[in-house]
Amino acid sequence: MVDPRMSIVGERLKGVRRIVAVSGGKGGVGKSLFATTFALILAREGFKVGLFDLDFTSPSTHAVLGVGDLRPVEEKGIVPPRVCGLEYMSIVYYSGGHATPLRGVDVSNALMELLSVVVWGELDYLVLDVPPGIGDATLDLVRFIERVEFLIVTTPSRLAFETVKRLVGLLKALRVRVIGVVENMELVRSDSVKREADALGLRVLGRIPFDEGVEAALGKPDELLKTVFAEKVRQLASRI
Amino acid sequence: MHEWALAEAVVSAASEAAEKEGFREVKEVRVRVGELQQIDKDVLLFALQQVKGPRLESAVFRVEEARARMACRVCGRVWVFDRKKLDEGVVEAIHFVPEVAHAYVKCPRCGSPDFEVVEGRGVWLVDVKGVR
Repeated sequence: MVDPRMSIVGERLKGVRRIVAVSGGKGGVGKSLFATTFALILAREGFKVGLFDLDFTSPSTHAVLGVGDLRPVEEKGIVPPRVCGLEYMSIVYYSGGHATPLRGVDVSNALMELLSVVVWGELDYLVLDVPPGIGDATLDLVRFIERVEFLIVTTPSRLAFETVKRLVGLLKALRVRVIGVVENMELVRSDSVKREADALGLRVLGRIPFDEGVEAALGKPDELLKTVFAEKVRQLASRI
Repeated sequence: MHEWALAEAVVSAASEAAEKEGFREVKEVRVRVGELQQIDKDVLLFALQQVKGPRLESAVFRVEEARARMACRVCGRVWVFDRKKLDEGVVEAIHFVPEVAHAYVKCPRCGSPDFEVVEGRGVWLVDVKGVR
């Protein structure tokens, strides 16, 4: 028996110019916040942008955007609703606030299901919020979407970058384009990430200082876009 | 209506299979639909007829259904999916993304959401018959 879903993924994404997966080696480095803010900034600059939360067990981009009771429309597939100028898709439309424990095979199935039935419009960018590490979601993403590009978020911590090395190693082995690395939540000026990135041949796209103002702006995109964090994302977006 | 999206996937996969087999014309396409997906068989059959490509013009689509069975990974209990025990909103959510069953369905013996869908998930292309 053949799973027919893979046959249609390319067709579903044919109107998307660039597919940028925001990833990282560890959780808690700010991937979801970065992915959402990056998508919002691109949209405000006039690009057509989609945001797809691929963290099925711990989705959070909906909380950054303050998504209410919206649901996708059924029109020969699932058409993502428009949220703050983005075509926005997340499993939370269906799982609500319930814990959704998924094993690897379930993650693969959910990813394949959504890639095959979600109907994206003509987009300049589809930003993917990817769960951390080199597990099923990352492996499947690379398997299902050949032209995906990765943008890696890390903190200045050596522990975080230790996991970035493994992620970059995998992506290089799979011949996937890595756009660069973003150093997030910088507290003290240090060149350690720059040195480590140079050694891996990675471009540092920018440094973002820890911004205490972000927490109060969660769920309020207009407020979020006024933060120092967003200003830094805006500056480095031009390098992507 | 997302049966249309699945129909497109089936037709695309059947066309690829026909190409691989060297079929000039496809005569029959067999599809298996898992119960967990809650597919409307009539809508799927209608959609298949509407989206089929040139090589599948005279193809007959046969859709068979597979009951959904779950097995608990904690206590080992095996049970069959019963949509009557779920409200309509949940059934609809599972229809779109069957994996969200893990958010709503629990093992009837121990209450764990950690179960395997042993059978009855997804849409499968079983067989493609044609002439060379």
